[in-house]
Amino acid sequence: MEKTVNKTSCTALIIGGSAGSLDVLLEIFPQLSQNLNFPIILVVHRKASNESLLTDLIRNRTSLLVSEAEEKELLKAGKVFIAPADYHMLIEEDHSISLDYSEKINYSRPSIDVTFQSAAEVFKSGLVCILLSGSNADGVEGLKSVNNFGGRVVIQNPNTAIMPYMPQQAVLQVQPHEVVDGHDMATYINKLNN
Amino acid sequence: MISEVIDNEQVELLLNDVLETHGYDFLEYSHASIKRRITRLYALDSFVSFAEFRYTVKTDKQYFKRFLEEITVNVTEMFRDPSFYKALRNDVLPVLGTYPFIRIWVAGCSTGEEAFSLAILLKELNLLNKSLIYATDINPSVLEKAKKGMFPLNYLKQYSENYLQSGGTKDFSTYYTANYSLAKFDESLSSKMIFSTHNLVSDHSFNEFQLILCRNVLIYFDKDLQHKVFNLFDNSIENLGYLALGSKESLDFWPKAKGYKRIKQEKIWRKL
Ligand SMILES: C[S@@+](CC[C@H](N)C(=O)[O-])C[C@H]1O[C@@H](n2cnc3c(N)ncnc32)[C@H](O)[C@@H]1O
Repeated sequence: MEKTVNKTSCTALIIGGSAGSLDVLLEIFPQLSQNLNFPIILVVHRKASNESLLTDLIRNRTSLLVSEAEEKELLKAGKVFIAPADYHMLIEEDHSISLDYSEKINYSRPSIDVTFQSAAEVFKSGLVCILLSGSNADGVEGLKSVNNFGGRVVIQNPNTAIMPYMPQQAVLQVQPHEVVDGHDMATYINKLNN
Repeated sequence: MISEVIDNEQVELLLNDVLETHGYDFLEYSHASIKRRITRLYALDSFVSFAEFRYTVKTDKQYFKRFLEEITVNVTEMFRDPSFYKALRNDVLPVLGTYPFIRIWVAGCSTGEEAFSLAILLKELNLLNKSLIYATDINPSVLEKAKKGMFPLNYLKQYSENYLQSGGTKDFSTYYTANYSLAKFDESLSSKMIFSTHNLVSDHSFNEFQLILCRNVLIYFDKDLQHKVFNLFDNSIENLGYLALGSKESLDFWPKAKGYKRIKQEKIWRKL
């Protein structure tokens, strides 16, 4: 599976997940190093009404600063930004966050494709995108963009995903740099730090 | 890949054309969103080259109408963010009810769902008769729809849930009649609405209001433009009047924010 070893360091990490991804996230966060030198952005499908639940769950499992992304907020290393329920989240050239209340993409808002695509152009080879468990194909188009702009594509091993469809589609349609087991994801992320 | 066919320079060329030829200024919109709208439209309408797209936008009036409709994001809902409407019902409108006459501006009203939600609240508080709702948008096509007060029937279940969550106690279906796939809202609600185009970027203040709603519009503007629009609102709100923004928008970084006091947890501010 491994392509050319990517020597550029990680300037931003985006994790996209849908059905079945919460378990992996809750396993990842307690293990993350406390001084990551890149921001982590989470785009997770969920009901519009479950506003702050995800943020609370993650916050309780890490000493990293966790917040729901604010409109125009600047990304900062070592912080976790969660795409708010019912908005798409885009990244601007100056690394600020834009929110967008436009049509759902793949029946989803926030859509993983939207964030992956906009960040791909901004961070280019510094971007690492991880796609986790899920039962639709949101994120796959976005990973193609990440590839085109020289970023790193990482997919959860579908055999370790509660809902394998999403990572499976990604593995089929995109050339991943790495396929990582759910249990090994935290270690993988910590190694991105340098 | 749709997101790569148009680059930043081309976006700027196109938006400059739009300003020069059609007088609409999108240059201070949040770049990532507007770029996404443009690439989306380019792909949707299967242009073969950027040059062709640019030429069409510039010279074809009919196509520019479509451009305007598609570049602006018109997604909306009735009683979106029920807790916001609850605060309007319990904390804001009763105060306005003490005035002899209530003037409200819904800026960026899209297809009207927000204005009709507001009219329902006013009606239930017995204030609709002395109220006037000015509903404006940059996009003339959405205003044509808004005037009709007809919304897709399949959304009504969600809307009536929102309504109940916002503190509504009536049977929501008494406000509309089902007509094939559309719900037509009561004309008594729209009788107190005035629809008009208004561009927040280039048009001026046109009245003084006790309440301005501008929700999910400013997320599309960059910081400087947001501040210009806040100044426009500041010139259009009476003392002790209210300004309501979308759930992800804030007055916080605007230099004159000190002159406004936030109401509870909601994105509602009162001018001091
Ligand atoms: C996402 S909708 C929000 C509708 C409604 N306020 C809500 O919160 O559900 C944004 C609306 O803002 C309008 N808009 C965008 N730019 C504008 C401008 N410069 N002046 C006035 N309206 C604008 C769009 O046409 C669109 O109808």
